[in-house]
Amino acid sequence: MLQSLKNIYNLGVKEIISLFRDWLMVILIVYSFSLAVITSSKSQPDSINRAAIAVVDEDHSQLSRALTDAFMPPMFIPARQITRSEIDPAMDRGEYTFVVVFPPDFQKDVLSGKSPEIQVNVDATRMTQAFTGSGYIQQILQQELQKFCKQKSIKPGASYVVRNRFNPNLTQSWFTSIVQLVNNVTMLAIILTGAALIRERENGTLEHLLVMPVTPFEIMMSKVWSMMLIVLAATAGSLYFVVEMYLKIPIEGSILLYLAGVALHLFAVTSLGIFLACLAQNMPQLGMLLILVFLPMQMLSGGNTPRESMPVWVQNIMLAAPTTHFVSFSQAILFRGAGIEVVWKPFLMLFVIGSVLFVISLRAFRKSL
Amino acid sequence: MFAVKFRNLCLNYGKVTGLDNVSLDIPAQKVVGLIGPDGVGKSTLLSLITGAHAMQSGELEVLGGDMRDAEHRRKICPQIAYMPQGLGKNLYFTLTVEENLQYFARLFGHNDAERRKRIDRLTKSTGLYPFLNRPAGKLSGGMKQKLGLCCSLIHDPDLLILDEPTTGVDPLARRQFWDLVDAIKQEQPLMSVIVATAYMDEAQRFDWLIAMDDGKILDTGTPSEILEKTGKDNLDGAFIQLLPESRRSGHKDLVVPPLEVSGNEDYAIVAENLTKRFGSFTAVDHVSFKIRKGEIFGFLGSNGCGKTTTMRMLTGLAPATEGTAEIFGRKVDGNSLELREHLGYMTQLFSLYGDLSVRQNLLLYARLYRIPEAEIPGRIEEMMNRFQLKEIEHALPKELPLGLKQRLSLAAAVIHHPDILILDEPTSGVDPVARDLFWELIIELSRRDRVTIFITTHFMNEAERCDRISLMHAGKSYVCDTPSKIVKDRGASTLEEAFIGVLEDADPGANKRSDDAMQIQSSLADTEKKVSPSHFGRLSEFFSFQRWYSCFWRETLELMRDPIRATLALFGALILMLVMGFGINMDVEKMPYAILDRDRTETSQSYALNLAGSSRYFVEHAPVRNYQELDRRMKSGELSLVIEIPPGFGRDVQRGMSPEVSFWVDGSMPSRGETINGYIKGIHNTWLQSRQKRVDKKSKFTQVDIETRYRYNPDVLSLPAMVPATIPLLTLMIPAILAALSVVREKEMGSIINLYVTPLSRIEFLLGKQMPYLLFAILSSALLTVMAVTIFDVPVKGSFFVLILASVMYAVIATGMGLLFSSVTRSQIAVIFLAMLGTMIPSVQFCGMTTPVETQEGIARIIGSIYPTTYMLLISRGVFNKALDFADLSHSLAALAVMIPVIIGAGVLLQKKQEK
Repeated sequence: MLQSLKNIYNLGVKEIISLFRDWLMVILIVYSFSLAVITSSKSQPDSINRAAIAVVDEDHSQLSRALTDAFMPPMFIPARQITRSEIDPAMDRGEYTFVVVFPPDFQKDVLSGKSPEIQVNVDATRMTQAFTGSGYIQQILQQELQKFCKQKSIKPGASYVVRNRFNPNLTQSWFTSIVQLVNNVTMLAIILTGAALIRERENGTLEHLLVMPVTPFEIMMSKVWSMMLIVLAATAGSLYFVVEMYLKIPIEGSILLYLAGVALHLFAVTSLGIFLACLAQNMPQLGMLLILVFLPMQMLSGGNTPRESMPVWVQNIMLAAPTTHFVSFSQAILFRGAGIEVVWKPFLMLFVIGSVLFVISLRAFRKSL
Repeated sequence: MFAVKFRNLCLNYGKVTGLDNVSLDIPAQKVVGLIGPDGVGKSTLLSLITGAHAMQSGELEVLGGDMRDAEHRRKICPQIAYMPQGLGKNLYFTLTVEENLQYFARLFGHNDAERRKRIDRLTKSTGLYPFLNRPAGKLSGGMKQKLGLCCSLIHDPDLLILDEPTTGVDPLARRQFWDLVDAIKQEQPLMSVIVATAYMDEAQRFDWLIAMDDGKILDTGTPSEILEKTGKDNLDGAFIQLLPESRRSGHKDLVVPPLEVSGNEDYAIVAENLTKRFGSFTAVDHVSFKIRKGEIFGFLGSNGCGKTTTMRMLTGLAPATEGTAEIFGRKVDGNSLELREHLGYMTQLFSLYGDLSVRQNLLLYARLYRIPEAEIPGRIEEMMNRFQLKEIEHALPKELPLGLKQRLSLAAAVIHHPDILILDEPTSGVDPVARDLFWELIIELSRRDRVTIFITTHFMNEAERCDRISLMHAGKSYVCDTPSKIVKDRGASTLEEAFIGVLEDADPGANKRSDDAMQIQSSLADTEKKVSPSHFGRLSEFFSFQRWYSCFWRETLELMRDPIRATLALFGALILMLVMGFGINMDVEKMPYAILDRDRTETSQSYALNLAGSSRYFVEHAPVRNYQELDRRMKSGELSLVIEIPPGFGRDVQRGMSPEVSFWVDGSMPSRGETINGYIKGIHNTWLQSRQKRVDKKSKFTQVDIETRYRYNPDVLSLPAMVPATIPLLTLMIPAILAALSVVREKEMGSIINLYVTPLSRIEFLLGKQMPYLLFAILSSALLTVMAVTIFDVPVKGSFFVLILASVMYAVIATGMGLLFSSVTRSQIAVIFLAMLGTMIPSVQFCGMTTPVETQEGIARIIGSIYPTTYMLLISRGVFNKALDFADLSHSLAALAVMIPVIIGAGVLLQKKQEK
């Protein structure tokens, strides 16, 4: 038993040393946990940021100009004036996401109490921006109209207040950088373990190990813990230094609790990496398998789009994927400040999935020898 | 006349010296042998002569021109043939013998009939003719080398360069190989041959020798001159004599003390009827032997005869199909760890960790072999001294020459003082001094420590040192006795002769093949005049359709032989499309919400019901009772929205006091939060309006109607927007990864050498390799389009022609980007990583998939405007969603067209034509 632990330890140390000798790998790891996280937070502007808008002003009145000027940065780029005939080609080319049309005699109609119509054209191929943006446009237009009319509107029957919890201003970068981090954790864990095993098999060192007093279980365990440690360390570093210190994103919950969960998740995905490496004959095949397994796991995990919008059968299948639970507790802890009393369920699920994956991979690993 | 002249030639690999200021003129039209152990600079010198490696300092003239001059290199390329070190290093293992030869023949511009003639001639004379349809990977070592030679000779070179062609090949195959070279040389007396070898006994047959050691030239001359100079009767001894004093110290002629046989038969290894079958193929056929404790047992046989499989059965790595193997009276069991502590094992290929230093490797092995921690430093010291590893203690094995690696392997195998040592060709490529040192140790282990040694070897002088040897062929053991008895029984004069005799008896065909080599003269007589260098015209130096086609053809064959890769790639795209189409739903629907109703009046309930009415968007969960519950249920993510209706809501509404409803929104996923906010606004206003209408029918609520028209996707559904955006993503990533892998794979396998030493230009090579993946990418986008139309019901509204045109251009770009990625990476896994990140991140983030490029800022904006996906996305959305045609999309099409030469050009320029 003690010897077994020693073997696992020694072989794991070997994995870590080997990894650090491969400078390209090290650069990739560092990149995925620093620059990749930073760029993803910077590049994805808040859902409405510098939206491309154009105005067709057929009224040229004080009101229409006031309304046009109301579209201001940072939400919108200053509205460009175009003619009605330019709408179609410009939108076809994707130059503008929104085109607002003020009809002739717009101001006159408003003042005379008629109901003129403002038309807002939205390029609905740009999903999120289109949807939220059109809401803002309506809001801005309403406000400006009210201001212009200076009429006291009828006192509404009730008002409301929205309290956006966990992210009061709905800052997109808070979300994207964490999602990026979460995705990279999974990807790197699978790649590192899978590649480490394939390389060992291709170099013949695996066979050599097997004539020594070392069991397949020990070999597999050593890869699991060493890669777990590396990714865990990278995650912790990324959370403290990149997310909290550099990007200044407030983390609600306990980072330690989060890291404990990450460890559980890593246990599951490193096992998965070993399983894939047993299926694949060589590196290219591993690469292809990785894409086939990792991308769906990541996309359907609920990290990028809400789970409840997916078909029910997809949701059910994805309950078996570690990423679903990983994303679930990541959001709960990091964004919503949840404690163990809330996240014990995904933790437990990860432990179960991890154990099953470990047993399956161990069997596949023994068989592949 | 000199074939090669060099002055003050130096070459360093980082800190390691490959060649140390050497100067020499190598005579032409002779068979020149470059002798010396591994890692002394033989391969380095040869790779410089062939132009495979770029020069660093010094002067080098090959076939009358300066090798620094790229023009000259290109000119003489077709006149040089190079067979690199390593079994079948320049071959493609999934391709058949015929296909390999066809490939090389095409590279050198022969036409159909000429190719057929040459291939038939060469394979008949080498005995490969019956195996034309066998994949190169399934040939024995000797046959691989013969095929390698055929591939080199296919274009009648003036200078033939063979780098250790017989390392790891059995004696019979070796003899046949050299007979073949002799026959060819006789036929073409003008051809110069330079051969590197570590087998000194082979060197006897060469016209002129260059002895090398430690990056320097020790001496040159004919074999007899060298023997005379050193006063030795064999070249092994002569070479040792040529070494500087310091290297020779401690070397003495080996004496093997006889094995003391104790009275009681004390067997260490007993094998009975050991048999291993793989399907219908019998690798080992009823092999039996008994090995006494402390005996040195030699196992001899040609490559692929079942030696390694027998060893694997002895170590428990492979279970025996039939028969038993016992070690110390215990049946070999693959799961017994205890047994393994008594075994030391050394494989044919270096199997320690290349990334761990020499000391770290020894430390790891010592620990895994359960040596007590306190003894480890002493053991390591002992091994370092015994194997002279001290000075390379901190070096990485992957940077060491083969000989040193093997020494390290042996050190690792005996570090735990095993009882049985199993050595699989331990001395291949090790220099004579080190080999003798190695044998000294083996003898010491056997005689002093009574360690049983089971060893395979190709060196006859080593076989003679064994107590007993077994000769194996095609899975059967033919003879098993002491070396002297075997020689006597067969009536041969040497063991080698006896061995070849046994092999020829076992396989009469082999004998005939060797005779064929002798007949080569007559068969060569009727071949056409050789292709003159002028055949390769000026234009074709830069691009030859035939060479491009041969690359394309070869890559296609390789892809077809690896159906897993091809199908995975093809179906991968389809599966991912399904996943993305069905899974990624930006529509925010079925949002879980609950009500915290602190009023509980009819009015408050009507408010709540109003929300429940819009059931597509919201799913009601059990009401929330208090703030604590609200907090907990929102934190767990169960609820995305909680509506808090204040106490007295109904009353205040009646009184017109405008009470305030609170919406608690989960903002952790911001875009979803935004959408919820939007919904709330709408729902609240509807309630107000309906209520207002009931209360005051005359009042007009708004003066201006704002009509929002969602264009191209009137229902604002995800699918019609997602699908056209997914296709450019998938058709970029997967072809890029495949194309990148195809090149980097060659770098890892070593067959990239064919790019360095044949007339193949970078552009032919890359475009040829790109072609199959390009076709695959086009097929894949076609399938995805069909899937979009049929399964996802997203019709192609615009110009179909534009979509096809753009898809083809985009496929060229995608595969071209793969080639670009491949030019900057060396390992397969790194290139997968790079290609995945390099395509996914920019495409998803910067190319307008969710936010238009125009609204991005800074570097993101720049990447977005030059990245091809941006334009493909515009085209894909334009054609699918916006019903656009050629005129509307000409700008984007033009952008794609401009990128093609830029990306491919960059890929070609960054790829190296010489190793640096």
